Amino acid sequence: MNELQGQVAIVTGASRGIGKAVAEQLAAKGASIAVISTTSTGSESVAAELCQLRPGCARPYALNVADYQAVEDCCKQIVSDFGRVDILVNNAGITRDNLLLRMREEDWDQVLAVNLKGVYNCVKAVVRPMMKAHYGRIVNISSVIGITGNAGQANYAAAKAGIIGFSKSMAKELASRSITVNVIAPGFIDTAMTAELPPEQREALLKQIPLGRTGKAEDIAAAVTFFASKGADYITGQVLCVDGGLVM
Amino acid sequence: MATNSERVIKIIVDQLNVREEDVKPEAKFIEDLAADSLDTVELVMALEEEFGMEIPDEEAEMLTTVGDAIKYVEGKLGTGA
Repeated sequence: MNELQGQVAIVTGASRGIGKAVAEQLAAKGASIAVISTTSTGSESVAAELCQLRPGCARPYALNVADYQAVEDCCKQIVSDFGRVDILVNNAGITRDNLLLRMREEDWDQVLAVNLKGVYNCVKAVVRPMMKAHYGRIVNISSVIGITGNAGQANYAAAKAGIIGFSKSMAKELASRSITVNVIAPGFIDTAMTAELPPEQREALLKQIPLGRTGKAEDIAAAVTFFASKGADYITGQVLCVDGGLVM
Repeated sequence: MATNSERVIKIIVDQLNVREEDVKPEAKFIEDLAADSLDTVELVMALEEEFGMEIPDEEAEMLTTVGDAIKYVEGKLGTGA
């Protein structure tokens, strides 16, 4: 299946976890990938892996998505390197968990800067070429925490809920240009981010998941690929929980 | 070489996807040329790019007709029609 042949996708936070799985699945469907990560070693190794599957299908970019000017410059470079941009997957995210009483101002600021402002920065940077092309697929990775909240994650929850409100507004603003904007809210996915949880907390979490298991990065990537595909033409402004039934 | 007025009209034709004969000085972007709010923002950005100028939001809001846009650009560039 080369459904996305000829299309160009930007994936942030693509050096590992969900972002890497997204880059792999979009590439497997024929898309060319701009692999974005904070470190050049991270983006270079994923781009090299993708290029082994299909030569020339990926290029690495090192970028801090919280840096407005750097994002603008990077996206210009991407459009100039690939000639177009069809798909943007905002996946880059960090956690600085703590109870509010102990949450430092910089923990709040950093999480909001990367997880929420980063999404604004990237959408702002690609929206003009997408508007000119009268086509675009934006998929933002939120979290079920943005819907339910979570003790110890006020900053993360605020940023992830912010992504949902931002995405619905973008969906309305950009619909007339055939640009769709959708959100995926992953549940408990096995990644480096969730590996830090203590075993007893992990057990307690598993008990709440109707499907009885944690999710894989590939489960999220499959949902992203769907939103990016032709079959999702008529879907915009939606939040899809991919969480084994945790939130319903 | 195209005059400034011709350049403005060409941008309007391209951006709003309208026929050149409809782009008369008195034509209103929204009422007569069927532009929506995004179109008008894009149009202003296209003019900024073409003429290498910055058009502040409050001035952009005043540009409601083709004639407004031409006069504005010529005024900024300091050239007569």
